[in-house]
Amino acid sequence: MATPSGPQGERENYLNKHYGVGSWLLTTDHKRIALLYLISITFFFFIGGFFALLIRLELLTPAGDLVQADSYNKLFTMHGMVMVFFFLIPSIPAVLGNFLVPMMIGARDLAFPRINLLSWYLYIIGGVMMMHCMLTGGVDTGWTFYTPFSTAFTNTKIVEAGLAIFVAGFSSILTGLNFVVTIHRMRAPGMTWSRLPLFIWAHYATSIIQILGTPVIAITIVLVAVERTLHLGIFDPKLGGDPLLFQHLFWFYSHPAVYIMILPSMGIVSEIIACFSRKRIFGYSFVALSSIAIAVFGFLVWAHHMFVAGISVYAALIFSLLSYAVAVPSAVKVFNWTATLYKGSIRYDAPMLYAFGFLGLFTIGGLTGLFLACLGIDVHVTDTYFVVAHFHYIMVGGALMGYLGGMHFWWPKISGRLYPEGWARLAALIVFIGFNLTFFPQFILGYVGMPRRYYQYPQEFQVLNVLSTAGATVLGVGYLLPMIYFLWSMRYGKPAPDNPWNAAGLEWKTPSPPTTFNFEEEPVVTWEAYNYEEIDAHSDIRPDEEAPSVG
Amino acid sequence: MFDNFPLWPDRASSTAGNVDALYIFLLIVSGLMTLLIFTAVVYFAARYRRQHGVNAEQIDGSTPLELTWSIIPLAVFMVIFLWGAVVYFKGRTPPRDSTEVYVVAKQWMWKLEHAEGQREINELHVPVGRDVKLIMTSQDVIHSFYVPAFRMKQDVLPGRYTVAWFRATKPGTYHLFCAEYCGTQHSGMIGSIIVQEPAQYEAWMSGGTTGPLSATGEKIFAELGCVTCHRTDTQGRGPNLQGVFGKPVLLEDGRTLTADENYVRESILDPGAKVVKGFKPVMPTFQGLVSEEQLNALVAYVKSLSQPGAGGAKTAAAEPQPASSKPPAKGSQVNR
Repeated sequence: MATPSGPQGERENYLNKHYGVGSWLLTTDHKRIALLYLISITFFFFIGGFFALLIRLELLTPAGDLVQADSYNKLFTMHGMVMVFFFLIPSIPAVLGNFLVPMMIGARDLAFPRINLLSWYLYIIGGVMMMHCMLTGGVDTGWTFYTPFSTAFTNTKIVEAGLAIFVAGFSSILTGLNFVVTIHRMRAPGMTWSRLPLFIWAHYATSIIQILGTPVIAITIVLVAVERTLHLGIFDPKLGGDPLLFQHLFWFYSHPAVYIMILPSMGIVSEIIACFSRKRIFGYSFVALSSIAIAVFGFLVWAHHMFVAGISVYAALIFSLLSYAVAVPSAVKVFNWTATLYKGSIRYDAPMLYAFGFLGLFTIGGLTGLFLACLGIDVHVTDTYFVVAHFHYIMVGGALMGYLGGMHFWWPKISGRLYPEGWARLAALIVFIGFNLTFFPQFILGYVGMPRRYYQYPQEFQVLNVLSTAGATVLGVGYLLPMIYFLWSMRYGKPAPDNPWNAAGLEWKTPSPPTTFNFEEEPVVTWEAYNYEEIDAHSDIRPDEEAPSVG
Repeated sequence: MFDNFPLWPDRASSTAGNVDALYIFLLIVSGLMTLLIFTAVVYFAARYRRQHGVNAEQIDGSTPLELTWSIIPLAVFMVIFLWGAVVYFKGRTPPRDSTEVYVVAKQWMWKLEHAEGQREINELHVPVGRDVKLIMTSQDVIHSFYVPAFRMKQDVLPGRYTVAWFRATKPGTYHLFCAEYCGTQHSGMIGSIIVQEPAQYEAWMSGGTTGPLSATGEKIFAELGCVTCHRTDTQGRGPNLQGVFGKPVLLEDGRTLTADENYVRESILDPGAKVVKGFKPVMPTFQGLVSEEQLNALVAYVKSLSQPGAGGAKTAAAEPQPASSKPPAKGSQVNR
């Protein structure tokens, strides 16, 4: 199993096969497109992170003193829009999904390689529009665009921002479509549905949401633009519209969008926990089907964002009940991951530390979701920092921890290099501590009553806000570290063997980095997913001896 | 120290205790859940860390176990759901005979008008122990009326009324926040709820007023010429409004609905929308002709016509209940 791969450049692979800007911008190789996405979303992550930093600095003191009120409103709006539409939603599917979906099922590429490239260009066009919008004035509605504020009361660049999201949305739809067709049509012989890695099941469920949900937000954006420019009464009561209609349409997409962010992350965590426990995932079929259940139920709970918005109490009852229904499959996943550890053979490499971090933060994020789904409590805590804390635990604590775990796990495959393990473990620890310090105080702030989107706040909320800002700086360091050592490792990292973790999964049967067509010949799958028992039984090299050393 | 580091909000309404009890229950449930998972993860991770010569023991899964950890959480969730629904229902249903306060929200202030006629801006005086019903609307964008100490929040929408209620239980001054983002000065759209002992409140109420809101409404009703059609006999071109409020109304299209604040409001602004059976849609719209405050006064007037012994706000002075039809009497109204 030892790999003959020398330093990068000696053996032909997808990175060195062609050189030049053109070979990247016109590539149809899913792995190269994944890297294009990686660079783009990292750019937007740091833009969004910069806004977050300014927000936290402003909130250090009760008075509004760092920026103007209008600037603050634009900061949290653009933080939300950039992070949601240009980082979180594309993050795992467009980078790791793009890279891994074909390799995991034994295919040479996605079903529609050119559409895959098109989706990146759409993302970039949307991103450029968003950047232009931000640089020429920005938007101040919050990422939620609530009407009639957005259609009649703000003079910021609503239509331009909306169009940017509209265009980027098509990128998301096309990625989803590509994955669904690929997973249905391009599995290698023997790669049955029950042998698919859980990463694939998660991406399949995600793709369904992308395909069915994204058009709704696209239509909603168009309606906002139409009302704003042509004054057709759709949402504004002064024109005969209904502002709650907007909220229904918006959340019909934007609640499932949370599952676009978290499901792929759950897929990654399944892969990592299986590998670093050397075990098949406990209750494979339950974990796989719970992804589909989450995708389906996720479409039926949108109005739980609207319990105090003026919907009828009976509607509120139904949506509360359904929200608890969607909580069950999420809980099932957590129990299964935990049970997988039982009698495993566990190593604490950086990806596993991120997976542990995910388990902890997702558990807290999920459980606080129970508070918000609970009608009696939601009235008090909705639109406060309790909500802010909750969704950051899910979207940052959950989705981003999974993403970072996945980046570490597959980095040797992507780059052909090993990252420095010691630094990576340290970064995982810093992120976990910084995250909790940033967002846990916000739960308390919320219950005490601090509303969200407040530029200045009463004196008594200061201590908790200071804690949160302190945490954010720690968190910032935690996010910068991987960025630095990943870049460092591309030049100075040790060459990675083909399968540094001795992991199951077809993607590890390719060279590191893979060749353009992934597999020399089409693989034939004769084993079940996560066959760690066989791997460890037949491996002449013990997994712990083959682990990457600290670089 | 704890002035700047609160861990729990004031508890100053009849609802607050119910919400807190539920919240504590959820804290315990989720605390136990977290403890269970964290303990299991940490214990397994330590106990089964990789050792030379020890391979993992493969376990495929267990359907009974899967069912157990699906059904038990579901059962717990259902308890939370039901408890939450009960608290929500209580918090959403204003008791009959509540004192009424009309709220008009606008960027970026709260305008409040007591049924008795007192007007306030960004401040609301209420007595301890009285049910207060808020009838709220917005002049521009969506706002949200949030009083953390009361555990009460309700979005305030343009173009319709939303309703909330509370019963303050502890004298003091409490934050009133706008909780729905509404533009530049969103965080400046704050005020105070001043809860007073009945005697103090009474003294405050005896301050200057232009008379009860319903009387103001009656005046507007006359000025706008509403009286010419909505006559107090059966000969008018519009329905007689005596005793209509709170009662079922049969519409021209066969539907029946209850004449509530939103129906009265809609009938003034969009009279053709829901025409009463037997009448022609001849009424012109008053959209743009009446301000939100005038609308509130008109609604209060129409309401007063349905009080026992109705006949206009003026005659209501002798009525002991409800407060909405009363002039600012001194003394009698606080004895509840």
